[in-house]
Amino acid sequence: MAARYVSIWFRYLKTDWCSLDKPQLKEVPFVLRSPSHGRMVIVAANENARAKGIRIGDVLADARALVPGLEVLDDMPEVWDKLLRRLAEWCIRFTPVVAVDPPDGLLLDATGCAHLWGGEEKYIAAINRGLSNKGYDVRVGMAETPLVAWGVARYGVNPLVPAGENTNALLALPVEALRLEFEITDRLRRLGLHKVRQFISMPRTSLRRRFGAEFLRQLDLALGRESVPLEPVMPVEPYREQLPCLEPVLTVAGIEIALRELLDRLCTRLEKEQKGLRTAVFKGYRVDGKWMQVEISTSKATRNREHVFKLFALRFSSLEPGMGIELFILEAPKVEPYSAQQERMWDASGGLEDVRLAELIDRLANHVGATRIKRYLPDEHYWPERSIKLAQSLQEKPTTTWPSQKPRPLQLLDPPERIEVTAPIPDYPPMLFRYNGKLHHVARADGPERIEREWWIEKGRHRDYYCVEDDEGYRYWLFRLGHYDDEKASEWFMHGFFA
Amino acid sequence: MHASVADRIKDLKAQIMRLEGFKSATGTWPDTSTRAFPWRSFPLGAVHEFLCGDRVDVSPTAGFIAGLLSHLYSKQGVILWISASRRLFPPALAAFGLRPECVIFLDAARERDVTWAMEEALKCPALSAVVGEIRDLDFTASRRLQLAVERSCVTGFVIRKNLSTINTTACVSRWRITSLPGATDDDMPGVGFPVWKIELLRMRNGQPGCWVVRWMNEEFVEEQLHVAATAGPERKAI
Repeated sequence: MAARYVSIWFRYLKTDWCSLDKPQLKEVPFVLRSPSHGRMVIVAANENARAKGIRIGDVLADARALVPGLEVLDDMPEVWDKLLRRLAEWCIRFTPVVAVDPPDGLLLDATGCAHLWGGEEKYIAAINRGLSNKGYDVRVGMAETPLVAWGVARYGVNPLVPAGENTNALLALPVEALRLEFEITDRLRRLGLHKVRQFISMPRTSLRRRFGAEFLRQLDLALGRESVPLEPVMPVEPYREQLPCLEPVLTVAGIEIALRELLDRLCTRLEKEQKGLRTAVFKGYRVDGKWMQVEISTSKATRNREHVFKLFALRFSSLEPGMGIELFILEAPKVEPYSAQQERMWDASGGLEDVRLAELIDRLANHVGATRIKRYLPDEHYWPERSIKLAQSLQEKPTTTWPSQKPRPLQLLDPPERIEVTAPIPDYPPMLFRYNGKLHHVARADGPERIEREWWIEKGRHRDYYCVEDDEGYRYWLFRLGHYDDEKASEWFMHGFFA
Repeated sequence: MHASVADRIKDLKAQIMRLEGFKSATGTWPDTSTRAFPWRSFPLGAVHEFLCGDRVDVSPTAGFIAGLLSHLYSKQGVILWISASRRLFPPALAAFGLRPECVIFLDAARERDVTWAMEEALKCPALSAVVGEIRDLDFTASRRLQLAVERSCVTGFVIRKNLSTINTTACVSRWRITSLPGATDDDMPGVGFPVWKIELLRMRNGQPGCWVVRWMNEEFVEEQLHVAATAGPERKAI
């Protein structure tokens, strides 16, 4: 697949950014100033100011004379790097590989991305629209090499260079599009070489003699004969430690040492920031270019090294070092505030808030699966299946009391099992019932207890519950669905066993 | 001289029990049956085994364990209930003096996870008790459980659901709880309070026995009449 690059040029990056907060600046000539050699020099000017003839590098006093009522702000050099980086992170929606291209551009590796937007025109339009909506005036170029994309964005007429047209597009560009040093561009211009096509076919030896090796390199970059790897912007993983190894690690003992080292660094940092981790990912990058990872999660924020290590150790069997691991990375994607004071209070206090309990639950959860560990709280429903809800955390307290007026069976069948019943007259408890092929004679019974279905949740018939005891002394919870009906036999169900 | 030797032996026995992880408990167990236990108190920090054939039998067993735990531990104690086929309905535990929100359930997908999780949990001193519904427990596994509790002093309860594979285990006791017809006062209609026949088939350093106990007002109440009537002949049969 042919490589495709998109270069984004923020024409008025600095002034556009200042106008985001103060929209009124957009309407007036506006510049940023910075001291240079004992005088104030303009470092950025908005469209309005440039239309009035102000150029970057002009002395501020001259510009003021030229344009009365010029708005001036101080330059903020520390902002621009961060701003570009943030914009690059925003652009990750268009392609996973986005690089910052200082001072006022971004470079996107769009290979194989455009079809997701329905073609390259639409892709470029989407980028244009997205950044315009954010308040930036941008120009975009798309080509086969980063340098041509850069040149097209700034000096080209048509932003899109179709695949295969790269060289032709380059020929039409001015010499500035090669991103050369000012002296070289100036020399080319003075020699009357304004466009790339005028010198591209000249012998390389004479070009090198006159303009230097750097000039040829830029030319090769533009033609795609050479390439420079991009340094993609990664979304920052704030809690991330990495450990490159001098030699590939093959053994479990080696992996353990690496993990302990990384955990120590991460936990020290968490301690400083009064945080604890809830999830952690341990990645190993192998020599053969593959990578694998293990993930753990905890039920409560923790920065207990030994505990997290044990959780990882349970999963070590899924790590395959292959030819060896050369880089280890430990990340904590989810952290929560967690202060050391809490730790002291909770430690060994017993009950649900005990740290050791949380650690046990983590160990079990990482082995059998977190969804298999349950704790229940009362819920305000009479319907037996809905009378309990799952607790979200170990610390969650019941919001209502456990119902204790009516007897509930210690074992509840889910779902209730159909049984055959002989009952004397309506609303009397059954005399006989057959369950699992065995006939039970009812000796004593309590009931009925009618439980209505909660019509605002689901439709259906009510249940009339009976607690019955058979002649052996076992107690069952039976119910009849709905009212007695003369025509149809009633449906009876077994729903639980009492102690 | 003779008395002092007996005292020494008693002392040493006590030391051995401590090493084996026994803790004495002050529960309101019916008085007459306490002599079944070493030191007349229910041994904590040990693994107890409950035989429980039919799935209906799980209810009286669970009720008995719950009632026992509510007397042996404070209300804050956390209990882990491990099972691969759980039907236990948490709200009903409230009737046996436990706080259902302090019971954590682990519903394992496989039987072998139950034994693993139980051993792991028994090592954790933050728990009060661990209940495991285990189908098959071989001697080695039971020995591992016993070693785990000796260090942590957590009490383990194993509910054996497959009676066909009952074997020798390292558990400190073996019980069987079955339901009896409920107790009502003054011939009132209805089902009444649960009554269980409690068979203590084996107890290390204790005496096996059989009692009929009624669970009433969050307490065990021994039923004098039933012991002679129902429990007597049954005991010989075992």
